[in-house]
Amino acid sequence: MEMNSPVGPNALDAPGIVGKPIDRVDGRLKVTGGARYAYEMQQKTVLYGFVVEASIGKGTIRSIDTRAAEKAPGVVLVLTHRNAPTQGTGNHREAHPVLTGPQVTRYGQPVAFVVAESFEEARAAAYLVDVKYDWSSGKYALRANVDEGRIPKPSDAPAADSAVGDFAAAFAGAPVQIDVTYTTPLQSHAMMEPHATLAMWDDNKLILHTANQMLNQGQQVIATTLKIPLENIRLISPFIGGGFGGKLWVNADAILAAIAARQLKRPVKIALTRQQIFHVTTHRSDTIQRIRLGTDREGRILAIGHDVFSGNLPSEQTYEGAALQTRTLYAGPNRLTRHRLVPLDIPVASSMRAPGEAVGLMALECAMDELAEKLDLDPIELRMRNEPSEDPEKHIPYSSRHLVACMQEGARRFGWDKRNPKPGQVRDGRWLVGIGMAAATRGNPLRLSKANVRLDPDGNATVRMAMTDIGTGTYTILAQITAEMLGLPMERVVVELGDTSFPEAAGSGGSFGAGSSGSALFEACDALREKLARIAGMDPATARFADGNIASGEKSVRLTDLVGTGLDADGEIQPGRNNRDFSQQSYGAHFVEVGVDADTGEVRVRRMLGVFTAGRVLNAKTARSQAIGGMVFGVGAALHEGMTLDPRFGYFVNRDLAEYLVPVHADIPAIEAIFLAELDNESNPLKSKGIGELGICGAGASIANAVYNACGVRIRDYPITLDKLLTGLPVRA
Amino acid sequence: MKAFTYQRADTTAHAAAATAKPGAKIIAGGTNLLDLMKLQVETPSQLIDINHLPLDKVEETSEGGLRIGALVRNSDLAADPRVRQRYGVLSRALLAGASAQLRNKATTGGNLLQRTRCYYFYDITKPCNKRSPGAGCAALEGFNRIHAILGTSEQCIATHPSDMAVAMRALDAIVETVDRKGDTRTIPIAEFHRLPGDTPEIETSLKPGEIITAVALPPPPRGVQVYRKVRDRASYAFALVSVAAIVDSARGRIRSARLAFGGLAHKPWRSPQAEQELVNAAVGTSTFNAAANAVLDGARGFGDNDFKIPLTRRTLHSVLAETTGT
Repeated sequence: MEMNSPVGPNALDAPGIVGKPIDRVDGRLKVTGGARYAYEMQQKTVLYGFVVEASIGKGTIRSIDTRAAEKAPGVVLVLTHRNAPTQGTGNHREAHPVLTGPQVTRYGQPVAFVVAESFEEARAAAYLVDVKYDWSSGKYALRANVDEGRIPKPSDAPAADSAVGDFAAAFAGAPVQIDVTYTTPLQSHAMMEPHATLAMWDDNKLILHTANQMLNQGQQVIATTLKIPLENIRLISPFIGGGFGGKLWVNADAILAAIAARQLKRPVKIALTRQQIFHVTTHRSDTIQRIRLGTDREGRILAIGHDVFSGNLPSEQTYEGAALQTRTLYAGPNRLTRHRLVPLDIPVASSMRAPGEAVGLMALECAMDELAEKLDLDPIELRMRNEPSEDPEKHIPYSSRHLVACMQEGARRFGWDKRNPKPGQVRDGRWLVGIGMAAATRGNPLRLSKANVRLDPDGNATVRMAMTDIGTGTYTILAQITAEMLGLPMERVVVELGDTSFPEAAGSGGSFGAGSSGSALFEACDALREKLARIAGMDPATARFADGNIASGEKSVRLTDLVGTGLDADGEIQPGRNNRDFSQQSYGAHFVEVGVDADTGEVRVRRMLGVFTAGRVLNAKTARSQAIGGMVFGVGAALHEGMTLDPRFGYFVNRDLAEYLVPVHADIPAIEAIFLAELDNESNPLKSKGIGELGICGAGASIANAVYNACGVRIRDYPITLDKLLTGLPVRA
Repeated sequence: MKAFTYQRADTTAHAAAATAKPGAKIIAGGTNLLDLMKLQVETPSQLIDINHLPLDKVEETSEGGLRIGALVRNSDLAADPRVRQRYGVLSRALLAGASAQLRNKATTGGNLLQRTRCYYFYDITKPCNKRSPGAGCAALEGFNRIHAILGTSEQCIATHPSDMAVAMRALDAIVETVDRKGDTRTIPIAEFHRLPGDTPEIETSLKPGEIITAVALPPPPRGVQVYRKVRDRASYAFALVSVAAIVDSARGRIRSARLAFGGLAHKPWRSPQAEQELVNAAVGTSTFNAAANAVLDGARGFGDNDFKIPLTRRTLHSVLAETTGT
């Protein structure tokens, strides 16, 4: 099915299993250790690999002495550029060649791969590989190199620039202006499970147990890199311990393990260490964002401009789309957004949870707060005055949009009316207390997905797709959809995911996972219902499925009597006209109360509320988990996270979880997320929209706005750490 | 991690003798050592496991203090009712450190001996005088937000990361040791940790073959005890600045004061001049200012850590206000 027309009434509209706060069907497996992750897969005769990383930012390998490592106990192979095979090339979304030559293009680039009988032997020997380098001068820091920004031309992302009307003239003539620059730092995904792969060959067929969010894409990248046919590659990834975009593409672990396993004719296993993940895999670029807002005296936007600089390797086109939401969030006749990409000699920058909006809203939604203050307007009122009636750039309707309802409901629940708009006025002992809000929005993409569902004579339904569950609850919502559609109890549904031998699926990323995979499954179930109805001699349009039976009028038949030795059906969804003719986003509003220690500048969040609309909620419990998880991500982005680049070496200095800070339990206070009822008839057959990234969007800005309200210090360089606040805080006298 | 041999010590003397050999290293909780071994910052050829030695008791001393065995776990020490009642500053410092899991493993002796968290010390591809003397210091002109502002040298600006040791410094704790001959020695905590000087690789006054057996706390001094740790997140973060304070005041006048600081130097920092400024002084801003000036006499920032100077001043004000009830 292509999404070319509105979805009419369907089988999910009646109250049922879909939407209920059902516990994760894989929950027990996860808490008992029964869910096995890539590195836990066991194979007899397995070997272990350990990566040697380049310790320079840019240059050439002058010499690489592997003799000591090769002689070390247990070592069976040391791969370097001298004995690695020729591989296919491309950007990081197309190929991932490793050990291609003596050139070092970035810090942490694998320069050797040591394979041994045990992990400990491989690691010990890795330290014996003696690499000597000739350094070249590299360009590492974004700010120092912004003059070299160029227009990126990615094949799989929106155009870098957009313009409507005459921004320059309208801004210059606007009675009220805001012109501010915000920066966000380099960020690491910091997912719990490290990147890991177990590779093995069966003749010329490659099997990879690997932590990967999008298996069909991964299959393609591996085929291109290893120059083998796609059908000879099987990726298996039933459980993934978080990804946040860090496992969207293929990383060095998979390719190194595959190459070594082929050479050695034995399975090879590898997990990156936590320190290695920071350089060997991808990160989110830092950004420099200039926001210009020009309004009339009532706060109606006349001109809105957003310029963004981000960085990436010279060979990459992926930019951080921080201005993308500015194209669609608020009304205004004159608009200008521009993204510039600065070539830098540091590891690959790629997608991290809500690429674009996550950091873009941290600038835009704070600039809106600054504008509200300048206009002496309530921040919610300012946003309501700029609520668009259609997409202001594309001039197409929104598929559904209830941002105002989110703000109003959030304001009511949070007690927004008690906020003192004048900063620095509320005290609780040592703490200066403030309240802030921000809008949330995230695009709602749909991707090609297929599914197969089979009903067996034992009454069990089995779903198969190459979809992944990265901890979001995909297994559970797919089981709910199947149970609902086929009229089966949940325990009669088996969902099998994470294997490229199953029908192709979108994978998990970009908030498209549930909508895409769930819709394909919906279509498959619908097709199976039709088959069952026909066999039963009933009209598929009016047949009812419940309690393992199909019924029409007075007639009821057990499904197991209809399936013979088993009956299955396929389903498919792909984007269509609806994805061009409608502006599709999910929305929300964040409300936060923070305390700022008046003496030390320490910021602690006191309570958070997110109110969201994202179409049909498929599972109230896992949806809430996604939303609050995103909000926690926002706390990290606002207050804690940031990789520090040392421009002398071109590397990230704080590369472990003791020094790259993410929020811990003690940082997260009372936190609540609610979803307002909404159905989106244009998005997909489920009428749902993406929720995996919505929670982070705007969360950081609401915290920054609350910090300002608490203490009157506006920090435009994230994260908001105490050293930046100190000089603006009251002096004890 | 380099291959090593493992030996379990049966007696304290055996442990001391074994550790006198080059390349030997004591392992207790292992919460810091194992991480450093994985990164080959530490490369012992032999580990001497002392976890089975009878050094895990907290006992009353005849002087009215406590003797804490070197193997008493941080969690147990923090929860000991005698520590909680009489040495609140120590209990709070312990609970401000690390995470519950780490505190369950980490020992009293090991906590004193933990290594700095300097990023460059942790990365063997970067120059570090502490790790390889003479190699240079990457932190001096590098990213030094967490580094020292007091007692630094051109060779090293690392800090000592312990919270526990800061409280012990305020309490004038005594480190008890035994050497391979069985001779015992007591070392005031003030002399236990060293400033970096020209030998940042030498961090304590322990001699080869000498191991910590206990830490003795004198009877608790009079006064209100406070431990304030300023950090970037609410838990599991090292101190940017911490203050252990024991202040005895009445009717607007300070009778005695002890102040120890973490996050500022290569060792838990004490400022006798600052304490002198407080004794017999009137509670109030000018007195607190004088104390802060004394603490920060000679303080020097290195760029990213410049903020620690005003932060120390502000934190000290806050702590003195709290301990004096103002």
